[in-house]
Amino acid sequence: MNEISQQLVNGLALGSVYALIAIGYTMVYGVLRFINFAHGDVFMLGSFAGFYLAPQIAKWFPLPSWGGWVAVMAATMIICAIIGIVIELLAYRPLRNRPKLTVLITAIGVSLLIQYTCQHQAFFGASQKAFPPLLPSGNFSLGGLSFNTTQFVVLGVTLVLLAALTFIVKKTRIGMAMRAVSHNSAAASLMGISNSFIISFTFGLGSALAGAGGILYGMTYTGIEPLMGVSVGLKAFVAAVLGGIGNLPGAALGGLLLGIVETYAGGMSGVSTYRDGIAFAILILILIFKPTGLLGSKQIEKV
Amino acid sequence: MKPESLLLATFASLFGILSLTGCKSGDGSTIKVGEFASLTGKEKTFGMSSHEGTELAFEEINKAGGVLGKQIELLTEDNQSKAGEPANIVNKLISRDGVVAILGEVASSRSLEAAPIAQEAKIPMISPASTNPKVTEVGDYIFRVCFIDPFQGTVMANFAINTLKVKKVAILTDAKSDYSKGLAKYFKEQFTKNSGVITSELDYNGSDKDFKAQLTTIKGAAPDAVFIPGYYTDVALIAIQAQEIGLSIPLFGGDGWESENLLQVAGKAIEGHYFSTHCSPEDTSLKMTSFVAAYKAKYNKTPDAMAALGYDSAYVLAEAIKRAGTTEGPKLRDAIAATKDFEGVTGKFSLNEKRDAVKSAAILQIKDGKFKFLETIAP
Amino acid sequence: MSRILKDPRLLLLIAIVAAVITGLGADQMNLYYRGVIIDIGIAIILAVSLNLINGHTGQFSLGHAGFMSVGAYVSAMITLAAQKSMGADALAWMFLPALLVGGLVAALAGLLVGIPSLRLRGDYLAIVTLGFGEIIRVIFQNVEAAGGASGLSGIPRMTGLTWTFILAAIAVYVVGCLVNSTYGRGFIAVHDDEVAASSMGLNPTRYKVTAFVIGAFFAGIAGGLFAHHKTTINPQVFDFMKSFEVVVMVILGGMGRTGGVILAAIILTLAPEFLRAVAEYRMIIYALLIIFLMIARPQGLFHFGRKRKPLTH
Repeated sequence: MNEISQQLVNGLALGSVYALIAIGYTMVYGVLRFINFAHGDVFMLGSFAGFYLAPQIAKWFPLPSWGGWVAVMAATMIICAIIGIVIELLAYRPLRNRPKLTVLITAIGVSLLIQYTCQHQAFFGASQKAFPPLLPSGNFSLGGLSFNTTQFVVLGVTLVLLAALTFIVKKTRIGMAMRAVSHNSAAASLMGISNSFIISFTFGLGSALAGAGGILYGMTYTGIEPLMGVSVGLKAFVAAVLGGIGNLPGAALGGLLLGIVETYAGGMSGVSTYRDGIAFAILILILIFKPTGLLGSKQIEKV
Repeated sequence: MKPESLLLATFASLFGILSLTGCKSGDGSTIKVGEFASLTGKEKTFGMSSHEGTELAFEEINKAGGVLGKQIELLTEDNQSKAGEPANIVNKLISRDGVVAILGEVASSRSLEAAPIAQEAKIPMISPASTNPKVTEVGDYIFRVCFIDPFQGTVMANFAINTLKVKKVAILTDAKSDYSKGLAKYFKEQFTKNSGVITSELDYNGSDKDFKAQLTTIKGAAPDAVFIPGYYTDVALIAIQAQEIGLSIPLFGGDGWESENLLQVAGKAIEGHYFSTHCSPEDTSLKMTSFVAAYKAKYNKTPDAMAALGYDSAYVLAEAIKRAGTTEGPKLRDAIAATKDFEGVTGKFSLNEKRDAVKSAAILQIKDGKFKFLETIAP
Repeated sequence: MSRILKDPRLLLLIAIVAAVITGLGADQMNLYYRGVIIDIGIAIILAVSLNLINGHTGQFSLGHAGFMSVGAYVSAMITLAAQKSMGADALAWMFLPALLVGGLVAALAGLLVGIPSLRLRGDYLAIVTLGFGEIIRVIFQNVEAAGGASGLSGIPRMTGLTWTFILAAIAVYVVGCLVNSTYGRGFIAVHDDEVAASSMGLNPTRYKVTAFVIGAFFAGIAGGLFAHHKTTINPQVFDFMKSFEVVVMVILGGMGRTGGVILAAIILTLAPEFLRAVAEYRMIIYALLIIFLMIARPQGLFHFGRKRKPLTH
């Protein structure tokens, strides 16, 4: 029983990171109807931003400490937001009226470009780097289960960011504009909403979340390298689809569920080797049996 | 569709003509040795290390006057850690560049791809660090200067029984790596033969980051130690996470652990654990200290096991050429096969009839953030 | 004379004869050049088969390497098993049958992938095919009979110049004829506008699945040729990057243009050999190329073959 609960804790922690990145995917999909393949790499850039920023920020806020951590998070989120907006402007905006496939291929291109450039010696280099400790962390036991304080931070931050995001989308004007654009962009622009601005804003917001995910991931798993965004990005995408693409709480739910399922599978002898394939299997099953996801709504294909 | 097939035919014939102009180059004033390694891509760190060791060795040899009165020209090609590339590269080195021998590779899968080509062309090939037994089984022109997985697996099993004195061990394997799976298999064989018990066998995929699931299950079965025959990138994270879930039993593994990076990323979490490797950096033999000094001077970092093996493979070849008195394939092959009691940086070894190196393994322990020599285990 | 050039069957014959003649001289050929030329032949088969799925039918498949791996493993397992019980002469006869079985099993895989994929459009289809490619890889990684993570080695080196190019010519011929026939017009109709096509009485389902199956068959053949050329395969070989390399060939050549795709396959296989000096930048160059192509010239670099309207929506 203990083991099952322990795996649940592990699964929730892993799932929180997936959730943060899944939210970014789902937001961009909701507004632009396309999968931003490069999202996982923005997450990676967030981790590296934290890695390089930490020593600089430590000059004002000694690390590890709460103050320093907040500073690194904030700085990284802003940097990633900018990166996301720039990518959209340079690579996706020129393709606004092209078929979705063209944009998808471009997104793959952008993703590979980021990965391989970062691998090069002149940039980050291909070998793994040790993410610096940002918060005082400790392991402790409670009721027979082992916890690490970082896990709580990750879960906590995810919930806070999710709440903040939901607030923005549901209760602010810009959020309403985002919803309008995702519903019907032509009508939205007729109502005076600047689609371009909303799209940039959405990208910025989603990328900021990915950056936050990158920091939390670095804090949890310590080892970072330029290709880390690939599998995490793909799994976060599966999570977004699982929850219903375009649906924010769905993405969070999908992320947590996927984290839990993967963790249980990983802990079982004989099944653990198939762990990589499980995310894909879930994806295929969902797309076949319930393509709108757990919480999503039907999208009619207009002729 | 019409012009396409014609295009096809044209190109096919064009190349047919072009290729007849290909020929072996070489004016005989240098001895050409080919090397193929992963200088870029996923396994860049291992490839660069072994290449640097090889390069350093030939530099020293050339400075000392070369071999048979000629300088050695090292032709290195990068296979980008990709399958399919070694075949093209080795073909090129042999048929176009006219090398007399091939050095490479670290990864067994890529050595396996190149070996049949070298064998067929009767060009000797020496692998610095491929540990899959199948590599030298390809043919009598294929050699290696490292020990093989069955040996290392057995060494670690004996270490567990005799030194760690544990009876129950869990195994955590890298499912994507045949090196890891091979090592696990031989460890299990030897360990269970000596009445050891394997409490659980779990896998992960190389470059996974989250191992808590597997570690939690392992903890649940209450073993005395965990055998982790994987690479240092993953081992670092495994060690950290083991500590996080309160798993405080000894962890041990193979030569894939050996890298400064392991200490950097894992920090205190890896303290006190063990692994086997080819040689100890603390070895005070003259060969080792002068190698370490020369390597540091040229590349500005401490050499790892791959570099040492690359170095040794180059010297084994050079010695063999001297003994054979020629670079002719069959005679050179025989000379390499006769390598006996070679004093390498990685220890004193001979090549047995299977063309594998017979040498001792060193067990290292991480103490005070450094690799410390614990014991040697002879074959 | 132009009538001769226009008859596809005659062209196929010419190509086959050329392949045989070149093949006869192959033994004198420098091993390195021969190896690269065979690589080109394999790339052509892969590119043309993916072109059928991506270019002609408009379905975006990112898992082509998966079909290739099925063909590679199945044919290799057959010849390795045969090697144990047959002599060298008899073994040579097993090559073609092994390839064909590999292709057929790959075609079966294509059927299995094609069926669930038909309801999905564009980006979802891309991800699902990527997923299938990965699942196939994970399966082979765990099947001990296929060597598991170590894969298979010691595969008899039976891929020769002649057979590679004969099969390439056949692949081009089959795909080309398929597309140009009345049946083949259906592919393009499905590509251009699925809803319109179905209201015209065509069954888009059937075309899409057919494209997958035939494309997968040839990918399997290419895989078999690859396995018997490099003599060793393992699951890592057939990863997403391999699929993507074939995708780049199709995009570069202009989706749907067979001639352009063939030229792209040749160029992209030769280029790394010439660019060994800048090998570390190769992937960066590929990525930039893709982005540039998509933004500036989505119809691909080459304008051979039938003139077609660029993709509209």
